[in-house]
Amino acid sequence: MSSDKEVAVLGVGMHPWGKWGRNFVEYGVHAARAALADAGLEWTDVEFVAGGDTMRNGYPGYVAGASIAQALGWNGAQVASTYGACATGAQAIDLARARILAGLCDVALVVGADTTPKGFFAPAGGERKTDPDWLRFHLLGATNPIYFGLYARRRMEIFGATLEDFARVKVKNSRHGLANPNARYRKLYTMEEVMASQIVSDPLRLLDICATSDGGAAVVLASMAFARKRTARPVRVAAVSTVTPRFPNTVIEMPNFATDSAVAVDAPDVPFRDSIARRAYESAGIGPEDVSFAEVYDLSTALELDWYENVGLAKPGDAEKILRDGTTSLGGRQPVNPSGGLGCFGEAIPAQAISQLCELAWQLRGQAGERQVAGAKVGLAVNQGLFGHGSAVLAKI
Amino acid sequence: MSAQRRPAMDGWFTLDDAAPQLLGTRCTACGTYFFPREAAFCRNPRCAGSEFEDVPLSRRGRLWSFTDNRYPPPPPYVASDPFEPYAVAAVELEREKMVVLGQVVRGVGCDQLHAGMEMELALEMLYRDGDTDVVTWKWRPVHV
Repeated sequence: MSSDKEVAVLGVGMHPWGKWGRNFVEYGVHAARAALADAGLEWTDVEFVAGGDTMRNGYPGYVAGASIAQALGWNGAQVASTYGACATGAQAIDLARARILAGLCDVALVVGADTTPKGFFAPAGGERKTDPDWLRFHLLGATNPIYFGLYARRRMEIFGATLEDFARVKVKNSRHGLANPNARYRKLYTMEEVMASQIVSDPLRLLDICATSDGGAAVVLASMAFARKRTARPVRVAAVSTVTPRFPNTVIEMPNFATDSAVAVDAPDVPFRDSIARRAYESAGIGPEDVSFAEVYDLSTALELDWYENVGLAKPGDAEKILRDGTTSLGGRQPVNPSGGLGCFGEAIPAQAISQLCELAWQLRGQAGERQVAGAKVGLAVNQGLFGHGSAVLAKI
Repeated sequence: MSAQRRPAMDGWFTLDDAAPQLLGTRCTACGTYFFPREAAFCRNPRCAGSEFEDVPLSRRGRLWSFTDNRYPPPPPYVASDPFEPYAVAAVELEREKMVVLGQVVRGVGCDQLHAGMEMELALEMLYRDGDTDVVTWKWRPVHV
């Protein structure tokens, strides 16, 4: 069974995550070639290129689709470049998907890559007193981990989460990522090591927070008609969600100073982060109970626990329970972050949501090696970008 | 006390040391509050309001969550040398039904904070610019 809203994932490829310090275009080209080889297609077969932009690599980064297309050799393909912070990759995937579903092309390449500076992400330069991203650093010193710390502490205060729970997430994901050739950190951590690492933003320790990385990821998407001529059972993208919040958004989000006011309109029944996967579930006619495994955006260990509830794997307050009982570990009923997640990768912003889809494809094809989720049929990837960007992809086989 | 001081942002808060207030706006059509101030368009998707009144926000609220920063943030934050860690609070204002972030006053760390406690607005130096103290709003527990 396939609906008329599905596209095929014919090929996937990545450049390993690390701190390589080279031009982001190199990682993009490497990933694109790997995805094309995986699909058994030539670059000249690609009719549409969707690039995920990077904001930290100058003009070539703002036109990433063309920068990488030029490096691959101009082939006359139509192009788009898009940005949605951490959700950039989902937008690029959705652009390609929409174009294929509209019948405007059969084969599209989606690619994103980044080269990141050392240390905290900082806003763009200059004095920009109307830019909330500039203001939050200037007036509050509110780095990204400050927001992660607020969510983590809230979880402790409301649900009784503990430092041990956060450390348990890191230990789990470090075990998952051990054999992943594309992961940057392949080291098994103990709970003691995590809890003994330096506090960055209380209650979060260094090992609770994801690093920033270089990396690149690409997928080749195709129409189902095109794919069926090449493979009997392709992995399919069943839904993509790129939702924005609904007013009033009453949870503090990067890079804001304040939430919306709920004086005139009540807060929506479904909070923003819950709405991200929900839109994908509704679009695909799939529910959280059908999900074999999930890749979630673990900017911090504590945030992974929030996601369990946001995507419906656990009821509010129950995330720690399904972590502790092994449900979300490899071998459990619904493993989360079998790739190792951001804890093993670090963040390469425009590549991240695309790399999530790469992992979904490898798992659904049964090619994930030692991190394979047995019998995986449906995979969910979720992510959130600052300035109100939701990102979810459901894939199945 | 140095001779001069100025706010880190003009028009964002009053310079009343005893009882400072954040300065927001309120849509005259639907009543939605905004901080930082919004005076061009209402962000309620079902409101076409374009007129706003200036309103000082509630001085007190309940602590929604809190954290701190142990490492100097990059510019444009002006970090002290040696770096002095600071806590950050998210405070829920009952009348405005919104949560507002702010640093916590010097000398109050996470170990003295818990969700739900009453907080009030204070003014404190953010950094020194030559011989001028640049001040900003901060949150302070009412009972510590």
